[in-house]
Amino acid sequence: MKTCRRQTSHSVWRPTMTNNNTLITVEHLSRHYGPIQAVSSVDFELKRGEVLGFLGPNGAGKSTTMQMITGNLAPSAGRISICGVDLLDDPKTAKARIGYLPEQPPVYRDFTVDEYLDFCARINRISKDKIASAVDNAKQRCGLTEVSRRLIGNLSKGFQQRVGIAQAIIHSPAIVVLDEPTVGLDPIQIREIRSLIRELASEHGVILSTHILPEVQMTCDRVQIINKGQLVYSDDIGNLDQRMRATTLMLELRNPPAEETLNSLAGVTSCEAMGGNRFRLSHNQDQSPAEQIAEQAVKEGWGLLELHPERKTLEQVFVEITSSDKSHSSEEEAAA
Amino acid sequence: MMILTLAQRELRSLFYSPLAWAILGVTQLILAYLFLSQLQEYIRLQPQLKMMATAPGITDVVILPIYSSAAFIMMMVVPMLTMRLVSDERRNKTLSLLFSAPISMTEIILGKFVGIVAFILLMIIMMTLMPLSLATAATLDFGLLMSVILGLVLMIAAFISVGLYMSTLTIQPSVAAVSTFGILLLLWIIDWAGSKVVDENASGALTYLSMLRHFEPMGKGIFNTSDVFYYLLFIATFLILSIRRLDADRLQG
Repeated sequence: MKTCRRQTSHSVWRPTMTNNNTLITVEHLSRHYGPIQAVSSVDFELKRGEVLGFLGPNGAGKSTTMQMITGNLAPSAGRISICGVDLLDDPKTAKARIGYLPEQPPVYRDFTVDEYLDFCARINRISKDKIASAVDNAKQRCGLTEVSRRLIGNLSKGFQQRVGIAQAIIHSPAIVVLDEPTVGLDPIQIREIRSLIRELASEHGVILSTHILPEVQMTCDRVQIINKGQLVYSDDIGNLDQRMRATTLMLELRNPPAEETLNSLAGVTSCEAMGGNRFRLSHNQDQSPAEQIAEQAVKEGWGLLELHPERKTLEQVFVEITSSDKSHSSEEEAAA
Repeated sequence: MMILTLAQRELRSLFYSPLAWAILGVTQLILAYLFLSQLQEYIRLQPQLKMMATAPGITDVVILPIYSSAAFIMMMVVPMLTMRLVSDERRNKTLSLLFSAPISMTEIILGKFVGIVAFILLMIIMMTLMPLSLATAATLDFGLLMSVILGLVLMIAAFISVGLYMSTLTIQPSVAAVSTFGILLLLWIIDWAGSKVVDENASGALTYLSMLRHFEPMGKGIFNTSDVFYYLLFIATFLILSIRRLDADRLQG
């Protein structure tokens, strides 16, 4: 099983607490509900300007972890420090630096957007003279200006979600925690929310949970995969990309030679005909034979139509990681 | 400051729902009817009252019964006002908004309590307008009036603290309402059994628990600090229980 470099370096890490760029430090965080262990000994950190994606099947412990970071749930064991402030020792100071959007946006349906955001600004202790500008700013960033006088209960799901995000960023916290922010939105709204998240990352640190894999690829800088309460993978998105690079090439030719000819090309380990003059060539991880194939194709007049490296989808990588140990039991449990 | 913000939101939510308006209207209507019938009674009795050496004044005959009836009506109204306080927020998952904001559990509970108390004060003010209208034609005993109003406010605040606690226990507003009403009614009638128990100590304890027993003296204009402390202790107990219950949400999930 792959354990991340970061995680192991964490336990040793600690004296650099004064480091200004580390927003959240979580150490050995655990939580159980009665006999059920929802999260067990999770460590991670979040840096300024970073979008951290929390990925995992349903019931993996994503929401529980987020609830603990935001002070909605007390951990059974472990430490959480927010910008150097311990969440359990000084919850008020720590909570002032976090904005949280739970799975279901916590909106008062019989309030208008303006009234609601005004209330949120007040309970986040924004000083009186700055409330109006904070509300305006949040509305603008979340595209709510046109609906500001409408009742939240009458807004569509997408707009309610945006109101939820506006609520989370209204006091411009150092950290924004978003639990499945794009669930139930239409594709256009999803795109808008994603770009909003990217924009937030310029000033805030963002933690995002999702089970939608492409979302992680598009928005996150770093990915953590959590399965059955344990952190099973944690790495930069670049390294995940690396991991996704597969060892196959897709090739389409107008006048293909015999399959054996392709098979005997330098670097190609096997060749599989896909029908319609398409072939899938497998090669070694470290050297792609694409260049030679192109040269050869031109020289021999094969009529090269298509040549591109295939990539594993994030889904495949995800399944590989989460099911690497006991694949069947984990799937059953996730379904339960 | 934060408590006022939370109280203000609670009040606002109340007035955005038709419930608050209905409650205000219905209680006012019932009390107005009682007031009128009591006034009628006073006018009928007036010739006899004139003959008596120490006749009860208009405050005793007309106004005090109104406040006793109001106390009884409030026992039924308060559960409806308090049932949603926490249970509804829990059901709509809006509690996490408060939990993740930099405010303490104590502030959340006090905010909700103050919000409903403010609503009740409004009801009492509206109700008091009726007796005050008599001041144009008769002399009122303002000391007595103040005493009974204070007693009513304390007693209703105690009702609210029970309702708030019941609301933190459940996710169903109706369950909170029913159990609040049950407890209030029990505390109201608990001294009925007390009066029938022969043992002096036991009946004393039951009588002490009865909410009504502490309200009655104030209704007669007797201001006793032990009655005031009974209500203050009662309110503090249930508010502390509510805070602890809300904190348990965070601890147990």
